[in-house]
Amino acid sequence: MALVLDAGMALCLLALALFALTARASYSAVAGFVAYGLLVALAWVRLAAADVALTEAAIGSGLTGALLLGAAARLRASESTTVAWPSAARRAAAALLSTLVALGLAAVVLWLPQPAPTLAHEAAAGLPSTGLGNPVTGVLMAFRGVDTFLEKVVLVLAMVGVWSLAADERWGGRPGLRHEADPNGVLAFFARLVIPLGLVIGLYVFWVGADHPGGAFAGGTVVASMWLLAMMTRLADTPPIERRALRLALVVGPALFLLVGLAGLAFGGGFLAYPEAYAKPIILAIEVAMTLTVAVTMALLLAGPPLRSADGQ
Amino acid sequence: MTTTTIYGLLGALLVGVGLYGLIVHPRPLRKILSFNVLGSGVFLLFGVVARRGAAAGFGGDPIPQAFVITGMVVAFAATALAVALLLRLAEVGGATELDEPPPAEDRAA
Repeated sequence: MALVLDAGMALCLLALALFALTARASYSAVAGFVAYGLLVALAWVRLAAADVALTEAAIGSGLTGALLLGAAARLRASESTTVAWPSAARRAAAALLSTLVALGLAAVVLWLPQPAPTLAHEAAAGLPSTGLGNPVTGVLMAFRGVDTFLEKVVLVLAMVGVWSLAADERWGGRPGLRHEADPNGVLAFFARLVIPLGLVIGLYVFWVGADHPGGAFAGGTVVASMWLLAMMTRLADTPPIERRALRLALVVGPALFLLVGLAGLAFGGGFLAYPEAYAKPIILAIEVAMTLTVAVTMALLLAGPPLRSADGQ
Repeated sequence: MTTTTIYGLLGALLVGVGLYGLIVHPRPLRKILSFNVLGSGVFLLFGVVARRGAAAGFGGDPIPQAFVITGMVVAFAATALAVALLLRLAEVGGATELDEPPPAEDRAA
């Protein structure tokens, strides 16, 4: 019975992926992609990875979907109705290459080593020294903390890249176009209702991440989406990027991570080694800073480069 | 056939589908979308490896799972940068589609 469910879900996912790639209008394609992302999140639940499922729903489907929907809406006017597909020979070559890659991966899946290699025992053995109960958070924050640190740096670099695309005269201004929304409309009402709840849920997801599925990424993303909702309904305008507090929020996560890492180097142990007695409070402090950075960076990556001057024109 | 095999094969297929769209689709926005489909296929393969490594009372090996979470955030950052580039390109040049590459003899000149 469960296998029928899995096979059905796999077929739905494949159909949605094909639809997202072949639909004529980009807007419909992105809508298909959002549905696809939500189903992928369910697939992660089936693979017993609740942390990943939360992240996929929040980032893979939610934020990426919103980003692509916004882009599709802005490109819709300039998009021609016909597309110039590459020649048949070129498409056949691409199809052959893609099929070979897919077949190769399928073969790898079918002939995976038995018994499956795993580091779960090592993770379980090391977990008590971190004071955490959720092994995935333990890997992210302690065992493979350097990956998480570098990923924060990638977020900052992406932000620098996005902002660099601003026109010269808009530098320091507010990101994105001005949203037009009726302050008494249904959307604004919905936002007033949902944002307080969403903030609580986002912070809760972050807080329980220590011992249960959740964590700084999923929680921060929920907070980011609440801020975006406020921007879209004009309850709050996007902040000018020249604001110092904003820039501080963008770097506080990786900066604190780096400081702790260097302290670990200075006091023995090595880069990012936490003293065992203080592991939990240190991890918590980094996670608080990271949740703030993730929330601000995600929202501003989605808002795009500044398009208006700081006074909102 | 087990759950992990099904999602493993699905991941392999999604990589193929995403790769094809990435190469063939003339619209950059759809290339970005294909790139995300390709990425989710790769992530699912990681998920299958994690699920097969379930041990020590965990539903799956937490190390590949954590890698996937990191990967999703990085994929989003890359997507946001690509979309910003595309929108800026449309703004300054008005081009939202890639033209057919010129025939080989023109390129050689």
